Amino acid sequence: MTTTGTGRPAPGIVPDFGDDAPAGRKLAIICSKGNLDMAYPGLVLANAALGEGVETHLFFTFWGFDMITKSRMRDLKFTMLGNTATHLPQGLGGLPGMTALATRQLKKQIHDIGVPDVPEFLEQIVASGGHLWACRMSADMMHLDESDLYEAVEGIISAADFIEKTEGAQLLFI
Amino acid sequence: MPVTTIGTAEVHVDAEGFLTEYDEWNEEVGRQLAAAIGIELTEAHWKPIRFLREDFVQHGETATLRRVSTVAGVPIKELFALFPKKPAKKMAYIAGLPKPRGCV
Repeated sequence: MTTTGTGRPAPGIVPDFGDDAPAGRKLAIICSKGNLDMAYPGLVLANAALGEGVETHLFFTFWGFDMITKSRMRDLKFTMLGNTATHLPQGLGGLPGMTALATRQLKKQIHDIGVPDVPEFLEQIVASGGHLWACRMSADMMHLDESDLYEAVEGIISAADFIEKTEGAQLLFI
Repeated sequence: MPVTTIGTAEVHVDAEGFLTEYDEWNEEVGRQLAAAIGIELTEAHWKPIRFLREDFVQHGETATLRRVSTVAGVPIKELFALFPKKPAKKMAYIAGLPKPRGCV
């Protein structure tokens, strides 16, 4: 029996984890940026969605291809240039070595709160049941094939294929 | 704060049913909480649950899935198999702890 603060009986309280809900909520995330800071929103949201039992697909396109390209995925960069949110003079960002410095600093901040680097984050997303797809046009433009990409990428597919696979999904473009 | 009966124990819970008092939990309560959400606890389930309990005492917040996998060494895939669909929240519920606060 359950009682409320007033001592009246109340129904047993068990959280609803949505186990009985019909499967169906789906999330599609299009990752189009290759900057370190712009890689994380998609990864964090994908991870959160998977943790909530949402079927999640990520499509890597244009500069976002760097996130799944083996030779580059560990080496994404962060620049102050064009980013007023650093609240530092823009001229500083153009000085030699500033992008490397800003990248090191951001990587340290991410690491310090226990968030993994990009390859390890992708590994966690795949382990959680997430699906990774590479964009056909980007692969063709950059002359890359499956052997150049992170192993867990399920395939290089066209934009139309991705739209088809994610029918009914909520969509995020980053 | 509502009070509910889990097995024979009276426990305080929040509006969703998560225990609010760390010390009102014991392993029998954990078994009953798991049963309430359709999970029969095996030794494989207990490893992360016990880790969550200990980690909460040390850090004052519920470990995220990532922390359970990296610190307790239980692979993420296994956590999804043991606690289907919403492993972080289900583990926290069974362990009598608040939902994890962290994003990753």
